Amino acid sequence: MALLSTHGLTARYGQFQALFGVDIELGEGECVAIIGANGAGKTTLMRSISGVLRNAPASVRLRGEEIGALPADEVMKRGISMVPEGRRLFPSLTVEENLLIGGQVRKGSGYWTLERIYALFPILAERRRNAGTALSGGQQQMVAIGRALMANPDVLLCDEISLGLAPVVIKDIYKAVPLIRESGASMIVVEQDIGQALKVADRVYCMMEGRVTLSGRPEELTREAIHAAYFGVQHA
Amino acid sequence: MNWLDTIVQGVLLGGLYALFAAGLSLVFGIMRLVNLAHGDLIVLAAYLILVIVSVLGISPFLAVTIALPLMFASGYVLQRVVLNRVLGEDILPPLLVTFGISVVLQNTMQEAFSADTRRLPPGDIGTASLQVAGLNIGVMPLLTFASAVLVIVVLNQIFYRTALGRAFRATSDDATTASLMGIRPSRIFAQATGIALMIVTIAALYLGMRANFDPSIGPARLIYAFEAVIIGGLGSLWGTLAGGVIIGVAQTVGAAINPEWQILAGHVAFLLVLLVKPRGLFPRAVD
Ligand SMILES: Nc1ncnc2c1ncn2[C@@H]1O[C@H](COP(=O)(O)OP(=O)(O)OP(=O)(O)O)[C@@H](O)[C@H]1O
Ligand SMILES: [Mg+2]
Repeated sequence: MALLSTHGLTARYGQFQALFGVDIELGEGECVAIIGANGAGKTTLMRSISGVLRNAPASVRLRGEEIGALPADEVMKRGISMVPEGRRLFPSLTVEENLLIGGQVRKGSGYWTLERIYALFPILAERRRNAGTALSGGQQQMVAIGRALMANPDVLLCDEISLGLAPVVIKDIYKAVPLIRESGASMIVVEQDIGQALKVADRVYCMMEGRVTLSGRPEELTREAIHAAYFGVQHA
Repeated sequence: MNWLDTIVQGVLLGGLYALFAAGLSLVFGIMRLVNLAHGDLIVLAAYLILVIVSVLGISPFLAVTIALPLMFASGYVLQRVVLNRVLGEDILPPLLVTFGISVVLQNTMQEAFSADTRRLPPGDIGTASLQVAGLNIGVMPLLTFASAVLVIVVLNQIFYRTALGRAFRATSDDATTASLMGIRPSRIFAQATGIALMIVTIAALYLGMRANFDPSIGPARLIYAFEAVIIGGLGSLWGTLAGGVIIGVAQTVGAAINPEWQILAGHVAFLLVLLVKPRGLFPRAVD
């Protein structure tokens, strides 16, 4: 049985339908990447899994348990943490408080503690008393990742952790992925950078216009197949 | 006339206004909700203390310890059952609903307790006073002010030193992201309103011991509270104390010049502060 799976997942914003029957799976210990152009529905999928958007109960399952209709706080308590798009640090909280609040309701008994987050991202220890929003974009992203890890989640959802960051910073952030996986978290990584996604993931799903258009292991996917799934059929 | 005495009385009176205002400030700071029934809830708490005093024959100071958990529970339920349903982008529904609650509370208290004025028996402490540096300072006003300072210190400790306070601030910043941290915003809001009604109960204790009250005086207390919060800057608790003190001093100084000017002077001070600092004295950096 998959650790996490979606089953015919749909989502709408008022009249607008953003997801049309999405089926994805995340195995225990796996890292899966979701790629797709702007507006493909990647963030909507993350929001649906995390409970920010509510769904039919059976449309999302965690170890078989139907969690699709649960509110976000209940989903989180069951072990799914999210690094949301745009990082969304709490401006009224310091860096350290932003980290602490991630493990305040659910601590888990896993690897991650404040000290281990600081060991992973030493710059955050230096800035612990700063307002979270006073940091650079890359440092804020580290806080957002650390905040989600503080709950010792079984599933970590990362929505565009490299967006708007310089290549060296992206490298720093992706260096954390192997350790996160070793700590026992399975991951879903939303990534616009196809090269990065193919490097980090065991499997890739490509989305377009609210549907999964392609999936497979990085070594199975050809450039042409990805191109077609990403942009649709090209009429030259 | 002794100006120093007048000003000291005003500062101490400001403690009472700060107590009126602290709950309002807390709730506004966390959920951007202006509770128009705040003043009537103070009066309700005063009647609750009065009932406990009459039934059990105990002092108001003891009765308040029974009233506090009851008012916390009322606030929690009020928020869960009514106010959470109307919170949202649109600020009008909460205003309408709390205005409705205000009217219902006034009418219900009128039915239950009649329009007669009541008073909580303060005991000997009500007339006791201290001589300090040639000034005659009432123990009751002093106790009121000390309670206001204590309430604000405790609230600040909760806000900045506890996990609950962290959740308050985070939820206030961004309720959706707070829910991703495992926090249920509706419960956080309910706890905040519960705490606000505990402060309301302390305010009611001093309101009822210092002066007569009847079911109709809530809205005027709301105005004082509102002015104190705005003067201090939305969301700043020490600012709220400062706001209360400014209104208190303006009122006693106004009254010293001409007894008819007391209330007016408080409102004028409020307008003057807003002219100079439209966002209040200590506005929060964010928002
Ligand atoms: N709050 C909203 N209200 C209405 N429509 C929305 C809302 N959020 C997203 N959409 C629409 O839903 C579709 C999917 O958006 P989504 O944010 O999931 O895409 P995405 O794949 O994450 O894109 P990006 O790469 O730009 O982050 C888009 O067409 C978008 O315009
Ligand atoms: Mg997105």
